[in-house]
Amino acid sequence: MLRRVVRGVIGFAGFLLVWELFSRSGVVREEFLPPPTTVFARLAVLLTEPPFVADVVATVLAWLIAVVIASAIAVPLGLLLGSVPSVAAASRALVEFLRPIPSVALIPLVIVLLGVGPETKITLAVYASLWPLLFNTIYAMSEIDPVQVDTARAFGLSRSRILWTVQLPHAAPFVMTGVRISASIALILVISTELLAGGSGGLGQVIFDAGAGGGRMDIVLSATLVAGVIGFLGNAALEKVQRRWLGWDDQIDAGR
Amino acid sequence: MTEPAGTMLAVSRLQHRFGSGPDAPTAIGDVSFEVRAGELVCIVGPSGCGKSTLLRTVAGLLSPTGGEVVLHGERVTGVSEDLAVVFQDYSRSLYPWLSVAGNVEFPLRTRLGKAERRARVAEALGMVGLGGQGGKRPWQLSGGMQQRVSIARALAYRPALMLMDEPFASLDAQTRADLEDLLLRVRAEHRTTILLVTHDIDESVYLSDRVLVLSKSPATVLKTLDVDLPVERDQVVTRGSAEFVRLRTEVAKLVHS
Repeated sequence: MLRRVVRGVIGFAGFLLVWELFSRSGVVREEFLPPPTTVFARLAVLLTEPPFVADVVATVLAWLIAVVIASAIAVPLGLLLGSVPSVAAASRALVEFLRPIPSVALIPLVIVLLGVGPETKITLAVYASLWPLLFNTIYAMSEIDPVQVDTARAFGLSRSRILWTVQLPHAAPFVMTGVRISASIALILVISTELLAGGSGGLGQVIFDAGAGGGRMDIVLSATLVAGVIGFLGNAALEKVQRRWLGWDDQIDAGR
Repeated sequence: MTEPAGTMLAVSRLQHRFGSGPDAPTAIGDVSFEVRAGELVCIVGPSGCGKSTLLRTVAGLLSPTGGEVVLHGERVTGVSEDLAVVFQDYSRSLYPWLSVAGNVEFPLRTRLGKAERRARVAEALGMVGLGGQGGKRPWQLSGGMQQRVSIARALAYRPALMLMDEPFASLDAQTRADLEDLLLRVRAEHRTTILLVTHDIDESVYLSDRVLVLSKSPATVLKTLDVDLPVERDQVVTRGSAEFVRLRTEVAKLVHS
C-alpha cells in the first residue's frame, strides 16, 4: 500500500519535472506553456480570490446536483427496465438511438431551450451521465443468479420483498460502478458547457475567459488542475464508499 | 415440533410439461407418492429424469401442469410458507452481502421478533457445528461449511417439510459423508420431515426410510423401497451390511434398467 503511494508520488513528481524542464527549455514560449512552478504560484493566489472560489463552488455544485439527479432517474428506471423484459425490449430501440449522440452536440439546443443558466449545464450533464448508470443497472438486474431469487421465493418472500432484499443488494456494486463512470462524465459535461455557453460561471468559464486570445495560460492551467483534482477526489470518495459497503463483491471475485 | 404421525406430503398424479402444445417436452409423466411426518424419503433416478423438476414443483417454484401437491392437508398453490429448500449450489444460494448469521436469519426477518430470530440463528448454527462462525461471510468458508449454513437456514425456519435438491453433490467424498451423518443426527433430534433428491444410489439408501426410484424422463415412480436398516447408521458398518448391499443393488438395477 505504502509502496504504491510512493510510486504514485514518484510518477507525479517525474511528470512535473519533465513539464518544468520542457517549459523552460525555450522550445515553446513560456507564456503559452508556463512551468508548474508558475502555475502552482498562480493557483495559490487564485485560491485566495473569492470570485475564483465562487467559480469552483459553482462547478462542484452543478456537478453534484447532476450526479444526484442522474442517479435518481437512472437507478429506478434501470430496476424497472431490468425486471420487466417486455418493457426493456420496447425501450431498447429508443435507448440505442439516443445513447450514441455525443452530448456536447446538444449544447446549442439546450441553450436555446433553457438559456445559459446553471440548469443548462446540469441538464446536459444529467443527460450524458444517465446512460452508463442506466445500463449498469439493467445489466445487474438481468445478470442476477436465478438460484438467489429461487431461494428467496422458496422461503415465501413476496416479489417486492425480493426486489428490496435480494435484487437491490445484488445490483448495488454494479450501480456504484455506474455512478463512478457517470460522475466523471458529468464533470466533463459541466465544464464543457461552462466553456462553450458561458454565463453561469464555473471553472469552464474561467478557462475560456483566461484563454481567449492566447492570454493567461497560467490561469487556464490552474483551473484545469482544480478540475482534475475535483474529479480525482470525487472518484476516490466513491471508491471508498464502494469498498466500505460493497466490499463483499471484490472478495468473492478474488475467491473464485 | 411434534407433528401427529400421518401424511405430511401427498403428491398425486403430478405432471409437468415445459411449454404447451402436443410437442411440449414432458419432464414429469405421472408421479404419485406420500411422505409421512418425520420420514426421510429420497428420490433417486437416472440423470435428467426430472428429479429436480419434481422437487421444484413440490416446492411451488414451478406450477404443475397436472395433478396436485397437498402439504399437511392443504393443497399447495404457489410457494407454501411451510417449506424450506436446500439447493445444490450453496455458493449461489447464500447471499454474499450477508454474514453467515444474516443468511440464516434472512427468511425469518418478516416473521419473528429480533430476540427470537437471534435465538433461532444461534441454535441452528450450533446444530450444524458452526457455533461462533455467524459473523463470517459465506465466501470465507469452505464448500462443506457453506452447505452447513444452507442447512442451518432451513432448520432455523422450522419448516413442516424440508426439501433438498442434490444437497451434497458438489462436495468431496469425506465432506459428503460428514454432512450425511449431520443430516441424520439433526433429523433424529428434531423429527424434521425431509424429501431429498439425489442421483447417488448409495446415498439414497444410506439416508432414507424409503427410497423412491424414478424412471427415465418423463418421470414416473418405478418402485418404492422400504429401507429396513437400523435407525443408527454408520458410514462403515451400515454400508458394509448385507441388507444395504441388497438394497443398493436393487436400486441400481432399477435406475439402470
